[in-house]
Amino acid sequence: MGFDPGYSARKFTSVGTRPIRPDGVDKVTGRARYGADFNMPGQLVGQVLRSPHAHAKIGKIDTSKAEALKGVKAVITAADLPDLTNGDSAMYDILDNCMARKKALYDGHAVAAVAAIDARTARQALKLIEVDYEVLAHVTDVDEAAKPTAPVLNDTVFTEGTDPRPDKPSNVAKRSQYGHGDVEKGLGQADFVVERSYKTEQTHQGYIEPHACVASVNSDGTADLWVCTQGHFVYRQHCAQLLGLDVSKLRVTSSEIGGGFGGKTHIWAEPVALALSRKAGRPVKLVMSREEVFRASGPTSATSIDVRIGARKDGTITGATATLRYSCGPYYGMWAELGAMTAFACYNLQNVETVGYEVLVNRPKTAAYRAPSAPMAAFAVESAIDELAHKVGMDPVEFRILNAAREGTRSSYGPVYGPIGIGPTLEAAKNHPHMKAPLGKNQGRGMACGFWFNFGGQTCTDLNIDSDGTVSLAVGTVDVGGSRASLSLVAAEELGIPYEQVKAVVADTSTLGYNDMTDGSRGTFSSSMATISAARNAIEVLRERAAEMWDIPVDDVVWEKGHAVAKGAKHGNLPSLSLKEIAAAAANTGGPIAGHSELVADGAGVSFATHICDIEVDPETGSTRVVRYTVVQDAGKAVHPTYVEGQYQGGAAQGIGWALNEEYIYGEDGRLQNPGFLDYRIPVCSDLPMIDTQILEIPNPNHPYGVRGVGETSIVPPLAAIANAVSNAVGARMTHVPMSPPRILAALEAEKAD
Amino acid sequence: MSGRAVSTTINGDDVEFLCQPEETLLEVLRDRLGLTGTKEGCGTGDCGACSVILDDRLVCSCLVLGMEAQDRRIETIEGMADGDTLHPLQQKFLEHAALQCGVCTPGFLIAAKDLLDRNPDPTEEEIRFGLAGNLCRCTGYDKIVRAVQDAASAMKGA
Repeated sequence: MGFDPGYSARKFTSVGTRPIRPDGVDKVTGRARYGADFNMPGQLVGQVLRSPHAHAKIGKIDTSKAEALKGVKAVITAADLPDLTNGDSAMYDILDNCMARKKALYDGHAVAAVAAIDARTARQALKLIEVDYEVLAHVTDVDEAAKPTAPVLNDTVFTEGTDPRPDKPSNVAKRSQYGHGDVEKGLGQADFVVERSYKTEQTHQGYIEPHACVASVNSDGTADLWVCTQGHFVYRQHCAQLLGLDVSKLRVTSSEIGGGFGGKTHIWAEPVALALSRKAGRPVKLVMSREEVFRASGPTSATSIDVRIGARKDGTITGATATLRYSCGPYYGMWAELGAMTAFACYNLQNVETVGYEVLVNRPKTAAYRAPSAPMAAFAVESAIDELAHKVGMDPVEFRILNAAREGTRSSYGPVYGPIGIGPTLEAAKNHPHMKAPLGKNQGRGMACGFWFNFGGQTCTDLNIDSDGTVSLAVGTVDVGGSRASLSLVAAEELGIPYEQVKAVVADTSTLGYNDMTDGSRGTFSSSMATISAARNAIEVLRERAAEMWDIPVDDVVWEKGHAVAKGAKHGNLPSLSLKEIAAAAANTGGPIAGHSELVADGAGVSFATHICDIEVDPETGSTRVVRYTVVQDAGKAVHPTYVEGQYQGGAAQGIGWALNEEYIYGEDGRLQNPGFLDYRIPVCSDLPMIDTQILEIPNPNHPYGVRGVGETSIVPPLAAIANAVSNAVGARMTHVPMSPPRILAALEAEKAD
Repeated sequence: MSGRAVSTTINGDDVEFLCQPEETLLEVLRDRLGLTGTKEGCGTGDCGACSVILDDRLVCSCLVLGMEAQDRRIETIEGMADGDTLHPLQQKFLEHAALQCGVCTPGFLIAAKDLLDRNPDPTEEEIRFGLAGNLCRCTGYDKIVRAVQDAASAMKGA
């Protein structure tokens, strides 16, 4: 029967409450098993040899001495991962990133790997592998790499999206363009124009759990992979393709995941571990060190963005344009394109144009990081918007309210918006007590808005009614931060039973149909839709069974508050049947009772947020302190409000780190200088204040409960909100993130010199 | 092989193990003794995920050698609850949703227990600086601080 995903206003019983998560006790007692917490019989230790060069041709790799070392069971190079990608260039790039083939393209690029009986032997073996490198000129800066004189990383790359196609290869892999109207005409009508260039440095997702997996390949072509991942079904497809395994014969189990934020949506070490296991004939555990995590996984793009925005005296924006250059690492990406799509998404613009350039550099392959590419674009645009508001003489919140997108607005990236939350978040910010609180000495207040698309995607869920009337819910979206609680609430809501009667688990790839990964803020959005659908299917079965028990037509049975109820006067004397009673009788009424759902969760509602922050700047040292921070965001419907707040707070904290501290620092030699948590400093507890949250609920019309994704948008506004606050505090415009003390001091000195 | 026998006490139990001179206490706990509740986030003492208590002192077990455990007392996350009864910190972390991914949680709980053992009535600032050696990337620390505050109140009332 068809599933209607449309929103219907209903009064909730379970949804919106704040119970303890089902995986909670395991996690506070140390019993939860993460990627590195799993072991297999006869397991070996895998380790990876990485290039010390940013750019080098790989000649001969001599593994003979390593192979001869006692205790070494397998040594592999790219030759052990033959190219099975069959012309699929995206998969080829993944393969090349997992193990360099002809060239090492960044400091940390894998070139060989060993499996040995213990870590000590594996370390010794790595030292015995001899690699002939021919070191090439490298480039790590996004602007330098885009120049025609830069060393070219890949001579088969000719800028895509340009007409005519360039006749020379370059590091500019692709040009993309979005917008509508006539920007030059619009800017010509402006009374005030702001034109500025901005830079953001490369950051890492910074998940506390390093990548880890245990791979076991059997001689009969079956294999198992235990791995921390945001998407075990995707990992299975990619690994099966690269290893030449049948998809169904590779069973991937997702461990508990110790943070991902987009960084665990890509395979890195898993094909290497599988190839080692295949060669050694034993299970192999491969765990990255923190240094490897920084050098060879993760990071987001470094960017360079030019913005021009104009407005009339009355505050109406007449034209807006941005040119965005995003580093991709050594491989083609769509990072600048996402920046180009999101840059002006908050506003109602008649004339807007954005152009994105994907730039290849000798840095690790760029990976998704929470609302990937949007924070940098928002930093540039929201900084310029703030400056423009000042020029026009309007309050920055009022200026944004005047120009905010609304239902019916054609977005700068194309679609026309349905009901959206940008206006309401701005109104809520305007009325928030934070906006009226007095500021102290050397303090500045800033605010900014943010947008993220959200994603739905392929989703499959099983709901089984167990013999005692409790319910097992098996989902295929990895739980990155409490979704098993949210989905249990949704199942309880739909079935009309207590939350405690539902147990949700994340199923492995052999026990459930395909699921896209937990990205795009889709976990709770899409799996709750599939859970509702599965529960409704189960209710159909429950009604049939009740009808059979009563011997009445199924059309006379309705489901109310966890019970089958016979409707109509002729059945007036039948007492209702509880889910428990129907479940107990299942063996005699047709067997197990279950509901399944397979769907593509379309209609993820777009998400908007407005952040406010107060920053204190020490004019002597340029150091900063976050004094107060407030997040206002639309959740559609907050299924478990505490975890929604947590998403808001966590994204804000990551954005604060990005804005003030975090950056990849490369030396002249192209080597990463700070691959550790001491020198790559993420915010610690004493760096932050409490982070206040306000949840708005503007229902998503495309979800039965109105749910929108909530995970990512919270990282979009902080860079700009903090830049605006710092700029207001010091009286100089900050255009380079992170706003580390030296950069703030330089801005102060430049301001004095003017 | 140069392994040595070490006798120690972990969560009140007498434990013996063999280890190599370069093996850290973290490696011994996780790989030799199966106590994987203690996590490795960095291996350099910067993240606090491997926090344990060694003779009443909070340490990063990745910075302690396994052999240094000889004749010492070690407390890990596996020993924090009293049978079925969670420690008030564990209970408050659950109630406040002070964890999202949870991988830093064992380290935070050990560090918070050490903090409250030394200072049963900490201010917010004392909590924030007391836990500054533990990294969390998910929560922004807000709910962690509130959970510790609430646990401190609950323990005073007990």
